[in-house]
Amino acid sequence: MPGSETKGGPVMPALTLDPEVVRQARELAAIAGQPIVEMARTHTTVSVERAVLRLGGLDGADPEDGMPWVNHLVDAVSDGCGLEHGVALPAWHALISGGYPSLAALASDAAAGKVKFQLPEGMDANAARMAATADPPKPWIYLIVATGDIYEDIPQAQAAAREGADIIAVIRSTGQSLLDYVPEGATREGYAGTYATRENFRLMRAALDDVSRELGRYVRLTNYASGLCMPEIATLAGLERLDMMLNDCMYGIIFRDINPRRTFIDQRFSRQIHARAGIIINTGEDNYLTTADAVDAAHTVVVSQLLNEYFGREAGLATGQLGLGHAFEINPDVPDSFLLEIAHAQLVRQLFPGAPLKYMPPTKHMTGNVFSGYLLDAFFNLCGALTDQSILLIGMMTEGIHTPFLSDRDLALENVRYVLRAAGRLGENFRPPPGGFVERRAQQVLAESVDLLRRITAEGLLHAIADGTFGVTRRPADGGRGLDGVLKRAEGYFNPASEFLEGREQFLEAGQS
Amino acid sequence: MTATDAARTVIRPYGDTTGDGRIQVSFTLPLPSGTEEERALAEGAAAQLAGKMGLEPAMVVHAKAMGPDYTFFIVYGTVRHLVDLADVKVARREFPLMSAAEVNRRIRSALGRELVVVGATVGVDAHTVGIDAILNVKGHAGEKGLESYAEIRVVNLGAQVAVGDLVARAVAEGADAVLVSQVVTQRDAHILAARQIAEVFSEESGLARRPLIVVGGPRFDPAMAGELGVDRVFGRGTTPREVASYLVHTLAPEPEGNAA
Repeated sequence: MPGSETKGGPVMPALTLDPEVVRQARELAAIAGQPIVEMARTHTTVSVERAVLRLGGLDGADPEDGMPWVNHLVDAVSDGCGLEHGVALPAWHALISGGYPSLAALASDAAAGKVKFQLPEGMDANAARMAATADPPKPWIYLIVATGDIYEDIPQAQAAAREGADIIAVIRSTGQSLLDYVPEGATREGYAGTYATRENFRLMRAALDDVSRELGRYVRLTNYASGLCMPEIATLAGLERLDMMLNDCMYGIIFRDINPRRTFIDQRFSRQIHARAGIIINTGEDNYLTTADAVDAAHTVVVSQLLNEYFGREAGLATGQLGLGHAFEINPDVPDSFLLEIAHAQLVRQLFPGAPLKYMPPTKHMTGNVFSGYLLDAFFNLCGALTDQSILLIGMMTEGIHTPFLSDRDLALENVRYVLRAAGRLGENFRPPPGGFVERRAQQVLAESVDLLRRITAEGLLHAIADGTFGVTRRPADGGRGLDGVLKRAEGYFNPASEFLEGREQFLEAGQS
Repeated sequence: MTATDAARTVIRPYGDTTGDGRIQVSFTLPLPSGTEEERALAEGAAAQLAGKMGLEPAMVVHAKAMGPDYTFFIVYGTVRHLVDLADVKVARREFPLMSAAEVNRRIRSALGRELVVVGATVGVDAHTVGIDAILNVKGHAGEKGLESYAEIRVVNLGAQVAVGDLVARAVAEGADAVLVSQVVTQRDAHILAARQIAEVFSEESGLARRPLIVVGGPRFDPAMAGELGVDRVFGRGTTPREVASYLVHTLAPEPEGNAA
């Protein structure tokens, strides 16, 4: 029965082929193809350039002659200044300098011969490049909305985007992580946040699409794939085009007392979904420092980041999708606290050079003195600018007092804008002296991380978590919520999504070559 | 200053001269300030509000448009109000503050067994910061948490514990005290949770003695204990030592005729 061999066991090939000849065939095809790829890399075509305009949102045709607008615009740019630098720079330069509301309006005027195209230079070229990509430069400014009511969240999120936010995070209702189901529909009742539902995702993404068009800058949307429904929420986020998701390998275990096994199993599948959906994950290491001391526990943050990186990559996430988290939480009364923060932040930057690191502002030492809190937030922003963090969550001086006032958010943005304007290029002009305090501290934290990882590998990660290694909290492998929802896979277990996401074919192919 | 002197004292805010009554406030008004006229109107509105708040004279020192529809103000002014200290009501600490060693000694001498504390954050609240600050060894504000006290046994149930589960566990553990921390205050979640706990415990008939019910959180007013039906309320900035001192003061009072 040959059919019984198709699952699991080794498959006998039908033909005997010399693997060396197969390898040679592939190699020769590559040699034949390489010069062609070189030609494709060094040339463009009118259709490539028209495709760029279609990706930029230009659609439809001229009612006069039925010719698509992309053809009119590419032809006009070609006649005006040539296409060899691409259609984008001349087109978006004309769009900005002519004050056109859309590419369609520009194409209409261009078809009528009313636009003079030229290749922009210097600042003009930069402006055109920014407008064409519509992606804001890093660090991205990350702001939170949390009213509990999706219809209140929407205008707040749009206002925050207009005030300068690049990323909007809709905080979830605090009860949701322990629900073993995802609520349905648009919701208006949440505690300290809004329920993550597919409809809420859709409504908010649509609202941010509107405001992105208005601002000419893509505004990203974040939500949370933590709790008992990680895989489902990850799926809904992917379907509704969310951009980033909080997804930590241990957060649910430590801070929500969700069963460790349940969390790790849910987490892997949810990250496979994120990988496929192109979603950037944000990990939650900042949270460890809200229970543990930020100096004593600095190495636990690094260890968790390395674990998050490993689990993330294993699940198929690219480096650019690993938004590892950390935070500015050292007690400001500690001498040299700012130098320690720089050491920690720079260490993380260098350990994960391609990762879009997410840097969290102080919360634990925000005391109610809003004036010193504002200063602490400025130092946080400065450290983030100096150490080239990718995503800055904007600190509120009223942290711990209330959900931010409109003015709290405005002042916070004024703070970060000032720091980035004044010191955005500090990193390239400042280097801690070799062998100095900052460098030695970073080396020490790295060494402590290795020691801890040795201990974890010796006793096993589940045991380390049970011993309270992370966040001071002890979480045994058989404790916590959700263990009754964990099942061992039976022989013949079938999950079509898993098979697709695991990339079976590619793995088999890679194994054969 | 004696208590009677204090009772007679009337004060005003202090800027840089005694009795000048100078204060600063900031607020936002739903008014645009894009044009010169709009700005003048907005600043006038801010000055009028300051006047009605009792700031006379008031000076609008900063006005900034926040988007097209709102303006933020910083105002300095002189208040005419007087504060009569005789009318100030405070919940005075009814117990002496003790060191960890004193607390342990007192539990041994007055109780003769360990003191059992069950703690949790209940209902929808997922914020364990408060309960952890009081209970975890790590503690808060330089003081170690109750877990570190040799004579106190701590059962920290963590976040989002159902009230029924908390009560059942408190009974099972023979708790002397139940500590509940609530951070979430939307729609008065913290008040409702505290009341619910008090009610469930008073309905629990199988109890030889009801444990002491202590609630805490940044938005609780310590004067609300009676209204909530709990024994004690701790507000913002409470340290583990204060909680421990209160527990032994109430549960393990000094044996009579034995002045330590």
